[in-house]
Formats: sequence, structure tokens, C-alpha cells
Amino acid sequence: MLRFPSPPRHNAAEQLRGEVREFLSSAIATRTPLQRAESWNGFDRDFSKALGARGWLGMTWPKQYGGHERSAFERYVVVEETLAAGAPVSAHWIAERQSGPTLLKFGTEQQREEILPRIAAGDCVFCIGMSEPDSGSDLAATRTRAERVESGWRVTGTKLWTTNAHKADYMILFCRTSGTPADRHKGTSQLLIDMRGTEGMTVRPVLDLAGQHHFNEVHFNDAFVPETALIGTEGAGWNQVMSELAFERSGPERFLSSIQLLLELIEALRGSDSELAQITIGRLTAHLLTLRQLSRGVAALLEAREDASTHAAIVKDLGATFEQDLPEIARSLIDAEPDRQSTRDLLAVLAYTMMSAPSFSLRGGTREILRGIIARGLGVR
Amino acid sequence: MSDTGALLADMTERLLAEHFDDNVMRAARTGIWPQAGWDAAVEQGLPLALVQGEQGFDIPLGEGLALIRTLGRHAVPLPLAETMIANAMIAQAGLTVPEGPVTLVPECSGIVLRQDGASGEANRVAWGRDARALLIESDGNIALMTAGFDVAEQGTNLAHMPRDLVTVDGPTEVAPLPGISLLEAGALVRALAMAGALETLVELTIAHVTERVQFGRPLSAFQAIQHALARLAGEAAAASAAADLAADAFAHASPQTPIAIAAARTRISEAAGGAIGIAHQLHGAIGFTEEHRLHWFTTALWSWRDEFGSAVWWTRRLGVESLRHSKQGFWPFVTSVS
Ligand SMILES: Cc1cc2nc3c(=O)[nH]c(=O)nc-3n(C[C@H](O)[C@H](O)[C@H](O)COP(=O)(O)OP(=O)(O)OC[C@H]3O[C@@H](n4cnc5c(N)ncnc54)[C@H](O)[C@@H]3O)c2cc1C
Repeated sequence: MLRFPSPPRHNAAEQLRGEVREFLSSAIATRTPLQRAESWNGFDRDFSKALGARGWLGMTWPKQYGGHERSAFERYVVVEETLAAGAPVSAHWIAERQSGPTLLKFGTEQQREEILPRIAAGDCVFCIGMSEPDSGSDLAATRTRAERVESGWRVTGTKLWTTNAHKADYMILFCRTSGTPADRHKGTSQLLIDMRGTEGMTVRPVLDLAGQHHFNEVHFNDAFVPETALIGTEGAGWNQVMSELAFERSGPERFLSSIQLLLELIEALRGSDSELAQITIGRLTAHLLTLRQLSRGVAALLEAREDASTHAAIVKDLGATFEQDLPEIARSLIDAEPDRQSTRDLLAVLAYTMMSAPSFSLRGGTREILRGIIARGLGVR
Repeated sequence: MSDTGALLADMTERLLAEHFDDNVMRAARTGIWPQAGWDAAVEQGLPLALVQGEQGFDIPLGEGLALIRTLGRHAVPLPLAETMIANAMIAQAGLTVPEGPVTLVPECSGIVLRQDGASGEANRVAWGRDARALLIESDGNIALMTAGFDVAEQGTNLAHMPRDLVTVDGPTEVAPLPGISLLEAGALVRALAMAGALETLVELTIAHVTERVQFGRPLSAFQAIQHALARLAGEAAAASAAADLAADAFAHASPQTPIAIAAARTRISEAAGGAIGIAHQLHGAIGFTEEHRLHWFTTALWSWRDEFGSAVWWTRRLGVESLRHSKQGFWPFVTSVS
């Protein structure tokens, strides 16, 4: 049986909450509800730098690398408050959430010194080069290859669905450095790719269902990467990438990315005496409170440096279900057409969230893959 | 958890495993009171585990509440959870903790307090026939009644636990209600017990699919079964976290305790429905038999989720509370609960 610890009552974190709210109330005062709904995809380097300047990025990292040596709970407060407010997080958060921790854990001293302080300052955008046309859920089937050459690597292959590749400063590339896809986990590595100065690399946009450009196809055609790009140990890429995915799956973003729709719905139904509305909102609130309790339990495990990958998979699975239910539930309570151009905030936010919802149980690992991980954690696989 | 807390939890787990074996459980379902189990629980001090101050043992409240979860893990057919929470409130109100089982009669049950005592009738009182004392709430006060009430055996819940008609006319000791209401207190202990029962449901199901072989492989080797188990574990984890939310709020005397209890009852009720469906599916026909222990837990869950306020009543209460807020106020409301 998996136990989630209760989060401790943390005064420093609660005090910080007030400061973050105050900062956000002016920093993003002019964002419309629709822009707030796009929080995950809202790309604003200035906002990220402002957050970094407040010391609210890389909060748990050592000071030596630009971090602030604060607790996982304090970091949690900043992440959840920025998401609940609908702040644009896209320019910092992949780096802050997973690329930075990966470099901290596995990177070379030079990589840490060069890059971590920039992430903590909110001035370094990362993208994740894991998925490929033929390797989505089956990450070990990766075909992108890096061949050793004099003083570096030559990379050939195609990455797909790479969020923000067109805006990023760096990519952490998962690739094969020896053997063949049949060797599965063996012979895979991670490389730090400079997205600005790498020759032989091209980035092509892939539009999403709503016609927006977030993800990309990235081609490597004999692209040269220097020796210093290797992260960690050659051949140990699989374990490193699994550790990275645990960071990717554990946060409150796994149930807060459509919170704006819930807020608009509550505003629209405020004070309603409809029993249906009351019961429905009661149910959603109970889910939200419970997800928060679970997710803060994951933060407690991380703070204690315990493995939280199964717990994180549970939170992500439950969170994606909650978020995907939201637009359908809103439709059952509101008698109107979703419309992205609508001047009614609820209808615009509903349209946006509906069009994003299919991805909630795909990005960061599909529902089926997560359930496999949970089953393994239960000891039945 | 402290060392004493862990020790107490461990001892309680062993005591319950020993005293609530299959025979005792079956007998209890035919109406036989498990006296030996009750005596052992009393000897261990369980009725006083939540009592703070000089009448109790000063066990940290969080650790005491964890014992109620353990009772749920065994679907214990005794009014122990009722007695534990009632005694805690009795002591907190400055009254003297009585001997024997106590049961809760919440506000609006039909019994009212007057200057000289209490009178009226209450339906479906948990373990009425076995209670030595009643704790009654009316108009912001609670009253302890150790004599002057009659009980008519009315029936049972789906788990065969007595739910009786109590008629009251007699003197009481009265004090202002401390902390939360009796309805909320009862709902809290049911939430914790349900989280415990769901743990057992998961354990029974994992054990079954690991042992049961079909098509030459254990059931657990099939991906469809693994995914169903993962969903079951997710629902149980949610129930457990929701119970923690309520218990933590109560243990810290948070003003938002009633909201946390409402959320717990809402989420756990939903989790129970989903979990029971999966557990029975994966057990196949054997789990549907009278013989199998699975049904002690499913029937207890079905019953408990609508006692001390039905699931829909709690859900609506939480919804009304949520809908008092503007879109700016809702998130601060959410974070204030824990
Ligand atoms: C919005 C968005 C952003 C993304 N951003 C990035 C990014 O920045 N970087 C990156 O690397 N990737 C990114 N991805 C890709 C994402 O990680 C993949 O979509 C995901 O891993 C699934 O791979 P796939 O799409 O190839 O589907 P497939 O793997 O082909 O799966 C299709 C379906 O089959 C199921 N399935 C597959 N294998 C099994 C199995 N063994 N058992 C049962 N069912 C199975 C899957 O669960 C799914 O339902 C992003 C995806 C989205 C939607």
C-alpha cells in the first residue's frame, strides 16, 4: 500500500505565499482570463526574470549555483501560486522543474556553473528532447544516434513534439550512443545541446489542435556537439532520464493547468441556489483539495529525499482525469457555446481548455504508461 | 509518528487481527456482540486514545486518530470510533468521561435539551442497543446522558451494525459544545475508518490477483488487470489523503475543520464507489459470496459513506461554501483549508 505523508505545517512557506500573491497581483495585473488560462504556454522572459530576481527560481538548489537553499515546500508555494494566478511560466519552468535538477544531479561542474545560475535568474529556456516519431511511450526505442568523433559527437535523428524548441537556449537530448534500439536501455545517453549555435540542426514548427505553435520537430543531420555536452555517464542515459521524468510528473501543474476554467465557472455560478451547481462544485472542490494534499505529500517525500516516482504517477493520473473532466462538467452546467473569441470570459476559457484537454493525459507520459508505473510500484508487475 | 505512537498503532493492529477473526466477524453479523474484542480494546485504553488532558493518556491527537483508521482496516463491528470521539469531546467540554460504549446523537435528531434534561426520539442511532451513554447535541450545547433512555432495536446498516431507535426523557449534564459539532465529529471518524477499509480492499485485491491463475498466468500478469489495480490504488490514495486533510485540520483545531471534513466525505464517498467496483470485478465471483471477507469491507464502506450526513449532503455543503467566493477569493479559500 502506498502511503502519502501529510505535509507538515510550514510557517515559512505560508509567509512566502503572501509575498508571492502580492507580487503576482501587480506583475500580471493586466492579463486577461484567456491569457491566464494559457499559463503553461504563456511565454514571457521578462516575467521569468522578475521571478528569478525575487529568488523564486531554483529555490532548493545550493547557493553556489545561484540557488537559495530553501525547502521543497517553499518552492511548492511559488509554483502553485503562479499557476493558480495564471502567470506565464513557459519561459522558465521546464528548466526550473527538470533540466536544472538533472544538471545538478548528473551534470559536470562546468555545466552546473555555467547554466544553473542562469536558470535561477529566469534567463535560460530549456526544451526536452525525448520523444521521436517512432518512440513515444516506448522511449527506449529511441533512434537518434550520437557517434563519437574527435573532440565531440555527431548527432543524427529526429525529435518530435519538442515544446519550445523554437525559443529554447538549450535542449537535453536523449539519444543512443552505442548499440541499437534492440539493446533497449543500454547504450543511451543525455547530451546538452546548444539550440543557438549547433550547426546541422533544424527546427520545424508543428501546430497543435488549436492552431498554436508550441511544439516542434527537430532534425539533427550530422550535427556536431562538443565533448563537454555529455551529461553524466555515457550509457547511463536511461536511469538519468527516469529520474528526470520523476521531476516532470510530481508538481501541482498536473492538476492546476486548467484552474482558470474552474475559477470562471465559480464566478458564473456564484451564490447559485441550483442544487446541481452546488453539488457539482462541491465535488470539484473536494477533488482539488485532495489533489493538493496528495501533491504536497509528494513534496514531503522529495524534501526527505525519498523516491516519489510511483506517488508522482498517481498524482499525475488523478490530476489529468480531474482536468479533463472540467470542460465537460462546465458544459453540463452552462447553457452556451464555447467560443475563443467570446467577450464572455467563461466561454473563451472554456473553448481554450476544451481544445487543450486531450493533451492532459498524453504530455509527460500517457495514462496507460503511468498506470503501468503504478502497477509496478504496487509490486504486481 | 513518535515511537509510542508507532508502538500503539502496532499493538492495536495486532489486537484487532487477533480478536476479529473470521468467526467473530461472522458472529457479529448475526447480532452477537464481540465482548472479548471490546474488553481487549478497553484494556488497551482505546476508548481514551483521543482524550486530551488529565482524563486521557496524552497521546498526540494525530496518532490517536490514526487508530480509528486501523479500526476501519478491520471493519471492527463495535462502537469504538463513536466512543473514542465522544469521550474526546466529553473531556474537552469539562465533563467526566463515562465507562462503556458511548454513542453520538447529533443536532436535529429529534432530541432536544431543556433546562432540566433532555427529551425526544432519535432514529438510526449507531449501536443504540449497546450504548451505556449518549452524547446529545442541541442548540450549541452537548449533554451527557448515562441513564433515562430507552432503546428499541430498529435494524442495522448494510454491514449488519445496529442502528436503533432511542427515546430519551431524563436529566443530563450539559456543557457548551467544544470545537466541531457532533455531526462533524461523527463524519470525521467515519472518513478515517473508510480510508482504513479502502486500504484493506486494495490489499485483498492485490493478494487475490497475485494468487489466482487463469490462462496459465497469475491475473496480475495481464495489463488490463494492472491498470485496474492502478486505478484502485489511485482512488485509495485519494481517500487516504482526504482523510488526512480532515484529521490534520481537526488535530490542529483549524477553523476550516468542517470544510476539510466535507471535502473528505465527498472525495472518499466517490473513491469508495469506484474502488468497490474494481475490487469486486477483479475478485470475480468468489468476492460476491457470503463466505469471502471482501464483503465486510464493501458493505461497511457502502454504509459509512452515508452515515453522519449522506455523501450528497456533504458535497452540497462544500459546494455552497465554495460558491460564496468570487474567482479571486476561491483559491485563497482552497489554500486556507490545509
Ligand atoms: C502538449 C504536448 C507537449 C509535449 N511536449 C514534449 C516535449 O517537450 N518533449 C518530448 O520529448 N515530448 C513531448 N511530448 C510527447 C509526449 O511525451 C508523447 O506524446 C507521449 O510520450 C506519448 O507518445 P506518442 O504520442 O508517440 O503515443 P504512443 O506512444 O504511440 O501511444 C499511443 C497510445 O497507445 C498507448 N500505448 C503505448 N504503448 C502502450 C503500452 N505498452 N501499453 C498500453 N498502452 C500503450 C499510449 O498510452 C497512447 O494511449 C508532448 C506531448 C504533448 C501532447
